[in-house]
Amino acid sequence: MVTSVTNLGRSGLFDWVVQRVSAVVLLAYTVFLAGYLLTNSGLTFNEWQGLFQQNWMRAFSLLALLSLITHAWVGLWSVTTDYVTVRQMGAVATPLRLILQSGIALLSFYYLVWGIQILWGAG
Amino acid sequence: MLNVSLYRYNPETDEAPYMQDVQLDTGGKDLMVLDVLEKLKAQDPSLSFRRSCREGVCGSDGINMNGTNGLACITPLSETVKQNRLVLRPLPGLPVVRDLVVDMSLFYQQYEKIKPYLINNQPAPAIERLQSPEERAKLDGLYECILCACCSTSCPSFWWNPDRFIGPAGLLQAYRFLADSRDTATDERLAELDDPFSVFRCHGIQNCVAVCPKGLNPTRAIGHIRNMLLQRAT
Ligand code: SF4
Repeated sequence: MVTSVTNLGRSGLFDWVVQRVSAVVLLAYTVFLAGYLLTNSGLTFNEWQGLFQQNWMRAFSLLALLSLITHAWVGLWSVTTDYVTVRQMGAVATPLRLILQSGIALLSFYYLVWGIQILWGAG
Repeated sequence: MLNVSLYRYNPETDEAPYMQDVQLDTGGKDLMVLDVLEKLKAQDPSLSFRRSCREGVCGSDGINMNGTNGLACITPLSETVKQNRLVLRPLPGLPVVRDLVVDMSLFYQQYEKIKPYLINNQPAPAIERLQSPEERAKLDGLYECILCACCSTSCPSFWWNPDRFIGPAGLLQAYRFLADSRDTATDERLAELDDPFSVFRCHGIQNCVAVCPKGLNPTRAIGHIRNMLLQRAT
C-alpha cells in the first residue's frame, strides 16, 4: 500500500470513481446546454436568465461546477505526481509540487465561490 | 550491410552513454536480433547484453529495438528493421548497468510487493489442492508471463513512478493470484492495492499489450482488479 495525503479521497478507487462520475455529469451538462441552445435559436437575454432562475438549473449547474473541480483535481494531481517529482527534478520537486497543488486547490475554491455568486447572484 | 546503431555505456570508462554505429554483413539472411548481437560481440567482446535460452522462454534479452520493446531472440530483422537500420537500446526507464544491461531491481521490487505465491490459511490436504477445469482455465493468459519487463518498461506511468506504480507485469501477476481458487488472501491482496498509485496509475494506454512477446494482456487483468476493488467497496 502506497500512502498519499494529497489525493482527493483516501483511496485510489475513490478518486477513480469520482473521475468517472464527474465525467458523466459534465457530459450530461454539455449535451443539455448544447441541445438547449440549438433548439432555442433567437434566444433572448430574458429567456436565458429565466433558465438560470429555475432552481433545478441552478442545482444542475452547481453539480457541473463541482464535477469540473473534482475532475480537474484528480487529473492535475496525477499530472503533478507524475512530472513534478524528486525522481524527475531533484529536491526542489517536493516544495514545488505542494505549491502547485495548493495553487490548483485555491483557484478551484475561488471558482466555486464565484460560480455560486453567479448562479444565485443577480436574481 | 546492415546499419546498426548501438547504445553503449560503460560507467567505468564513459562519462555519458553514446550511440555507436556499426555495420554487419547478415549474408542476406533474416537473422534474429540476438544473432546480430552475438555477431557484433564476436567483433567487439566488450559489448554487453543479457541472454540465455535464445528461444523466447527465459525472458533475459528484453531490449528496445527500433523504438519497440521485445525479446531479441524471437524478433527477426524483417519485423523490426526499417530502411536497413537497426537501433538497439536498453529497456527504457530502468538504470543502465552497462550497454544493453539494465538494473531490474525496481521491476522485481514491484513484483515482490504483490506476494507472487499462493496464500492459503486452510489446513493442507493430504495430497494436493484440487481445481476444477473451469477454475484452472481462469489462470490462462496470466501464468505464462516470463517477467521479461518489456511491458512495464514501455509504460510511461511506470517510468514516472517505478517505486509506487506496480506496473503491468506485476499487476498481471497480482490478478493471477486474485483469480486463483486456491488462494484465500483475496481481501488482503485487494486492500494492499487500493491506493492512488499501485493500480490506479494505469490509464489504459495499452503499450503493455502491444509489446508483450507472449501475447498477454495486462490491461485486461488491471480492469479485472479494478472491478474486484469496486465490488469489494460498494
Ligand atoms: S506480461 Fe508479457 S511483456 Fe510483461 S513481463 Fe510478462 S511476458 Fe514480459
